[in-house]
Amino acid sequence: MFETISYETRGKTAWITLNRPDKLNAFTPLMHKEMVTAIKEANKDSGVRAVVLIGAGRAFCSGQDLSGSTDTDYGEVLRKGYNPIVQALVSMEKPVIAAVNGVAAGAGMSLALACDFRIASEKASFIEAFIHVGLVPDSGNLYFLPRLVGHAKAMELAVLGEKITAQQAKEFGLVTKTVSEEEFMLEVETFAEKLANMPTKAIGLIKRYMNKSWESDLNEVLEYEAQAQKIAGESEDHQEGLAAFLDKRKPAFTGK
Amino acid sequence: MRNYETILTSVDDGIALIQLNRPRVLNAINRPMVTELLDAFERFDRNDEVKAIVLTGNSRAFAAGADIDEMKNDDSVSLELLNQFKEWDRLATIKKPIIGAVNGYCFGGGFELALCADILFAAENAQFGFPEIKLGVMPGAGGTVKLTKLMGQKKALEWLWLGDPMTAKEALEYGVINRVIAPELVLEEAKKYAKLVASRAPLSVRLIKESVYKSVDYSTYEGMQFERKNFYLLFSSQDQKEGMKAFIEKRPAEFKGK
Repeated sequence: MFETISYETRGKTAWITLNRPDKLNAFTPLMHKEMVTAIKEANKDSGVRAVVLIGAGRAFCSGQDLSGSTDTDYGEVLRKGYNPIVQALVSMEKPVIAAVNGVAAGAGMSLALACDFRIASEKASFIEAFIHVGLVPDSGNLYFLPRLVGHAKAMELAVLGEKITAQQAKEFGLVTKTVSEEEFMLEVETFAEKLANMPTKAIGLIKRYMNKSWESDLNEVLEYEAQAQKIAGESEDHQEGLAAFLDKRKPAFTGK
Repeated sequence: MRNYETILTSVDDGIALIQLNRPRVLNAINRPMVTELLDAFERFDRNDEVKAIVLTGNSRAFAAGADIDEMKNDDSVSLELLNQFKEWDRLATIKKPIIGAVNGYCFGGGFELALCADILFAAENAQFGFPEIKLGVMPGAGGTVKLTKLMGQKKALEWLWLGDPMTAKEALEYGVINRVIAPELVLEEAKKYAKLVASRAPLSVRLIKESVYKSVDYSTYEGMQFERKNFYLLFSSQDQKEGMKAFIEKRPAEFKGK
């Protein structure tokens, strides 16, 4: 079905694997299209309650494939290629985990930043590579990075473009956790499964309105919260949560 | 309620609901639908039980446009003789408040229908636009007129020329819609607002609507003359006596619409 990625559902988790290992999973125009298709597929499939993005081989994603690029209108490359991926990730009302197995450079780092969680292997690294070829961080990088690590740190990372180790990424608050190479896959699976069994509707609402909070004032956010709580309050998972609390048992959420 | 083919109607506690109901074609508006819509609107306008009317589509689309199949073989003369927009003109004569609740796509004729509502609430994921230019035509049921009056000439041209969709947030910024709401709650909030309007003095609601629309077309002077006549007119109503008496007696007024 796909050439540059693979898509697979395991249990309640959809796995989207960037699959050009010999090119360190660098983006091509086809990969842009396939990514959007895969993300939309995961969004549509009501059985999917968590999504993992991961790279095949030793890299997570090395960014734009510079070898095949003849298009010099980078603005249009972003509008048509990268931006739809970021928009699809952000508008998906399910938790998305970037499983950063290796290097995440340039737009590959941006891709990880656009996810809701990042779990890094100890051998992973992040590089704001853009500056080394005289470019600026893109694909949401300038939006997400300062929000994740603060303005001063983001400037430092974006302008100096130095390699960030997994350990540093943890210290900067860039990743949820850093895991040894041996335990990495198991940890990602466990984390994804944990999320996939949580109240998905509520997670979706948290994601929707936490994202909107960046462009809103307090009164607007108070109103978003009121609307979100009304919606969540009418969900089956809320009823299940209440019932389980009263019965002193573990809730079995269905995501509805 | 009457049995319509393209819409669903109901009345609950003074609020009439009209729901576009051609879900398989994303509520594309065809001529029978406009005829039925007009019939429903005019019936509710005459129905004393109804205080306000809510107009909505479904979760995927308010209405994705006009039915293209229906008009692809039309020519200028057949359109002139058919005079289909007469019904749209009559939609503008509905006196009761119309609250629109928009989810999903709201394009072309669907957008024009939404603009027939007095107040518009839209879902965060709603999209508005006039894609007619992509078919080699242009809006024909008030699109260029109403959009221009709402957002101004320059912005209207920008959208109408390219035919690309605007987000709910953009529509809000340009004053095309009133509120952006969670998709799950748009209809409910529209009904809540309808109830609030329904609780106000009905004749005031009616004459305010009339004056506001006149003001869009009239000069300031003419608009103010018109407003004045409506203001005087309300002093013949029982509700004016009741409203002012209740205010002096420091109690809530009980309006009867008389």
